[in-house]
Amino acid sequence: MELVLQQVMAGLANGAIYACMALAVVMIYQAIDHLNFAQGEMAMFSTFIAWQLIEWGQPYWVAFGLTIVISFVAGILIDRVLFRPIQRAPILSQIAAFIALFSILNSSAGQIWNFTIKSFPTPFGHTPLFGGTLIDTHEAGMIGVTLVMLGLLYAFFRGTRLGLAMRAAATNPESARLVGIRVGWMTALGWGMAAAIGAVAGMLIAPVVFLEPNMMLGVLLYGFAGAVLGGLSSPAGAVVGGFAVGVIENLGGFIPYFGREMKLTIALAVIVVVLMFRPSGIFGRTAVSRV
Amino acid sequence: MTMLPKEGIAAPAAGLAQPLALAMRLSAPRLVVPAVIVVALIIPWLATSFVMFQLTQVMIYGLAILGLNLLTGFNGQFSLGHSAFYGIGAYTAAILMHNYDVGYLWTLPAAGGVCFVVGFLFGLPALRLQNLYLALATFTLAIAMPQILKFHGFEEWTGGVQGLPLDQPDPPAFLPIDGDQWLYYFTLGVVLVMFWAATNLIRSRTGRAIMAIRDHPIAASAMGINTALYKTLTFGVSALYTGVAGALGALAVAFVAPDSFTIFLSISLLVGLVIGGVGSIPGCLFGGLFVLYVPNIAESVSTGLAGAIYGVILLVVVFVMPAGASGFARIVVARLSRSRRL
Repeated sequence: MELVLQQVMAGLANGAIYACMALAVVMIYQAIDHLNFAQGEMAMFSTFIAWQLIEWGQPYWVAFGLTIVISFVAGILIDRVLFRPIQRAPILSQIAAFIALFSILNSSAGQIWNFTIKSFPTPFGHTPLFGGTLIDTHEAGMIGVTLVMLGLLYAFFRGTRLGLAMRAAATNPESARLVGIRVGWMTALGWGMAAAIGAVAGMLIAPVVFLEPNMMLGVLLYGFAGAVLGGLSSPAGAVVGGFAVGVIENLGGFIPYFGREMKLTIALAVIVVVLMFRPSGIFGRTAVSRV
Repeated sequence: MTMLPKEGIAAPAAGLAQPLALAMRLSAPRLVVPAVIVVALIIPWLATSFVMFQLTQVMIYGLAILGLNLLTGFNGQFSLGHSAFYGIGAYTAAILMHNYDVGYLWTLPAAGGVCFVVGFLFGLPALRLQNLYLALATFTLAIAMPQILKFHGFEEWTGGVQGLPLDQPDPPAFLPIDGDQWLYYFTLGVVLVMFWAATNLIRSRTGRAIMAIRDHPIAASAMGINTALYKTLTFGVSALYTGVAGALGALAVAFVAPDSFTIFLSISLLVGLVIGGVGSIPGCLFGGLFVLYVPNIAESVSTGLAGAIYGVILLVVVFVMPAGASGFARIVVARLSRSRRL
């Protein structure tokens, strides 16, 4: 029992990383109606910017704030420069563009900052919480920040005019345009926000997985899985899904004989089975099509 | 092997909106297919064995992309899992040849059969999933495959992390050609037959049912098409194509290892599909050219920035030809025929 509890806690700590990423994935999905394959690489690039700012002597929180602003602007630019011209192209062509963006960001980060692993500071420290080895202050801080971010987003989307306009633009662009919402700018704003959330996620994840151009590959995979498990239409679902993926992954490692080698496979298989019963994710709304 | 020869077959196959008469009036395209085949037959006598090997790979990728295209392009089911089918095909061939001394000819139908069954079975749960949820489920398959192949319980058959070596097929004694040339001709033959079969499949009643499901699933089922059956069958046939490509790939490289069949292979195939043209059969070969050559070109420009250059080339291609090579060719053909009429 003790062991299981410990694994669940460790899973939650990993899950916080995935939840962060899943949240960013869902945010951009809400804004542009596509899954952004380059999301992880955008977060990685932002984290490198933060690292560079800290190297240049900025205090942590200044670098943190500046990185968020830079990422926000960069996200808007990516949308305006790269994706707006091809918004009428077939969906698969847009996905190819995401793959291109992924490749460009990954390769240029490697070229600018090279592939050696760098450590990234954390404002929360690494002392164990509750005196045990279960979870340390950084992981607790990461979970806290993820939850705060979720709360803020919820308030923004439910409580403000701009949030309402963004939701309208994503769910029904034509009607939204008719009531005077500038759909193009809402999409751009969505990109900016997703890039900013990704930056926060990257800066929280980097102290755990260490900073290097490929740090986000695995994280994005789990974040993607968490987002789909929770339901792509629900930010809260994404967070829950991310935590769930972390826990399932760690518990799967316990199955004798093949558990340790195939824990990733087991986690993914569990998710697919869940999707069999809830095809739009656990918290997702099912879209009803009109004939 | 540029994209020009392909437009001819692209126009009637994909341009449903274009009147058939237009395609008939352009008599040249009907000569294009034989011309391409003749060129393909001559190549081994002109090219170096390295170029020939590359072209063999192009055909194999083209065949794998065709498999993906049948599912995604014609049936509208999204898949990121085709690296797994490719891997299953390759491993079926390798295990049969390495462990059971089966002749290489028999590995292709075996690989196709195994992949058809796996694809069909995977198509059953896929029926419940749409778009991105289906993407995740297939993505799972691609992620899991290298782990399954490395699993110590299967090591006896799969060779674990080390993978399995194969013998390159020997040319028949009565032909005056070497092993590389034989591999090329063998691949060419298989690919031609399978492209021909796919073209016929798409033009048939079954093909129309497959496309109707893509265009409007509800209307399709209202017209009496058994949507579930056709979708799972398409999944199986698609896996079969990609599996045969995998077996050919194993023969060509003469080696299989788990890390050759990662999600990045799936992504490459997807890129090839988009570049060649979604829903275009000849476009698949163009996609194969892109998948093989563009990373090499990027690498030769700059080793450090190869990924970035690849990305930029891909972006440029998507900007210039948003509907892929076949869509681009269709526009060119339409322009040309319009100016001829004036």
